[in-house]
Amino acid sequence: MRRRARWAEWVPPIAIFVAAFVVWELVVDVFNIPTFILPGPSAVWAAFLKWRDAILFNAQYTLYTTLVGFAMSVVAGMGLGLAVGYSAIVYRSLYPLLVAFNSVPKVAIVPVLVVWFGIGTIPAVLTAFLISFFPIVVNVATGLATLEPEWQDVLRSLGASKREIFLKIGIPRSLPYFFASLKVAVTLAFVGAVIAETVAGNRGIGYMQISASARFEVPLVYAGLVVLAAMGVALYAVFAIIEKRLTGWAYRGQSLGA
Amino acid sequence: MTLEYPHEGETVRAIEDVTLSVPRGAFVVVAGPSGCGKTTLLKSLAGLLLPTRGTVSVGSVPVRGPLKNVGMAFQNPILLPWRKIMDNVLLPLEIVAPHKKRFHRERKAYVSQARELLASVGLEGFGDRHPWQVSGGQHQRASLCRALIHQPELLLLDEPFGALDAFTREELWQVLQGLWLQRRFTVFLVTHDLREAIFLADEVYVMSPRPGRVIYQTPVPLRRPRTLEDTFSAAFTDTYHEIRRRIGEVIAR
Repeated sequence: MRRRARWAEWVPPIAIFVAAFVVWELVVDVFNIPTFILPGPSAVWAAFLKWRDAILFNAQYTLYTTLVGFAMSVVAGMGLGLAVGYSAIVYRSLYPLLVAFNSVPKVAIVPVLVVWFGIGTIPAVLTAFLISFFPIVVNVATGLATLEPEWQDVLRSLGASKREIFLKIGIPRSLPYFFASLKVAVTLAFVGAVIAETVAGNRGIGYMQISASARFEVPLVYAGLVVLAAMGVALYAVFAIIEKRLTGWAYRGQSLGA
Repeated sequence: MTLEYPHEGETVRAIEDVTLSVPRGAFVVVAGPSGCGKTTLLKSLAGLLLPTRGTVSVGSVPVRGPLKNVGMAFQNPILLPWRKIMDNVLLPLEIVAPHKKRFHRERKAYVSQARELLASVGLEGFGDRHPWQVSGGQHQRASLCRALIHQPELLLLDEPFGALDAFTREELWQVLQGLWLQRRFTVFLVTHDLREAIFLADEVYVMSPRPGRVIYQTPVPLRRPRTLEDTFSAAFTDTYHEIRRRIGEVIAR
């Protein structure tokens, strides 16, 4: 019974993946689509093997800028979120600015960053940071704003200060929101890093794709895409697992058995 | 005292000219239909709300802000889901003055105190569970322990058994009575359950719907410890009928 449930969980998604690649390969073969428009999976795989070292180097670089930018936004986002959630004045004064800032498409900021810092690592890190800190701020602030008033009453009736209420229930209460935002934020940081590399980079998967397409190395462009997808999924998965591990209580024992 | 609060541009008078005094160590129950300002009254006793007119004093000191050493429990027992039952019970000790400083040093002693308290309400060995792993009645038992662990002189209970089934509720009446007989803190309990009120109280105050006022007050002439058998005695049913009649009169008007 249990074995069968496991089986049912894993097989369908894998089957869909395999089927998608098979259909892709067949379409390319049957309609005889030229490689410079749409290479089949086999050609992409060949390109991947051929350029393995370059791909590995650039993927590491993209991962590095993503994670540095993401680390910055975790610190800044957590701090801002706690400040916004703690104080009504900070919330009222800061929130409109944050919303306005978040509505600017980040690709439009990259040229500004390039003027300031030149082409390379810093614009990529900063773009990753700028694109990913907002969801963290919003989630942490939401966790604090939705604090149950009864919990606050219980603590206040014990003589707890606002600071104690914040430490004892505010922060633990907002942690599930925080961790939920991390998996969104890390994929956004990844997007930001790749955007910056594509617009104004000299290394990274985004840059590699731009230069490959300039040289009509179309299979390499696709290999870059597949690598990006895999990295995005991996980053998401890592933070989804961390979330489940650290805030199991918020899932009401679905992951922690009684 | 009178307490008003603004609601959508209007002033709502939640309680009006309520005067009552609770002797130290007494068990007082305020009973009444929902919306009669019972919870408001309870919160103003804790200093969480301040009266519009009049004063609230605890131990002859006027209440001007949240009291520092009150135990509270509510209808939904609101244990913190990220803490195990034991850590939930210990929470007040991390906040209330004399214990706060000693807490880390003397954690072991406090834990054994809490374990004893849990055992006395029938939660022996439940300390390591998370709140979602226990039943509603066990939740409420733990909530009682949390309200009592720091040995408050005043215990405020807001329909603590309202969400439980009848059997569990009656069992917890006896648990609460037992704890009270043993420790003799002052209890102020609000409920809409008249049987609960009579079973537990030294003195029952009955409140009318909004604006809440005290319409009737009666001592309960039953000896302690009371048993469920007592709820079928003549004294119990007479008190019950009288209270019910008074509420009926006010609602009919």
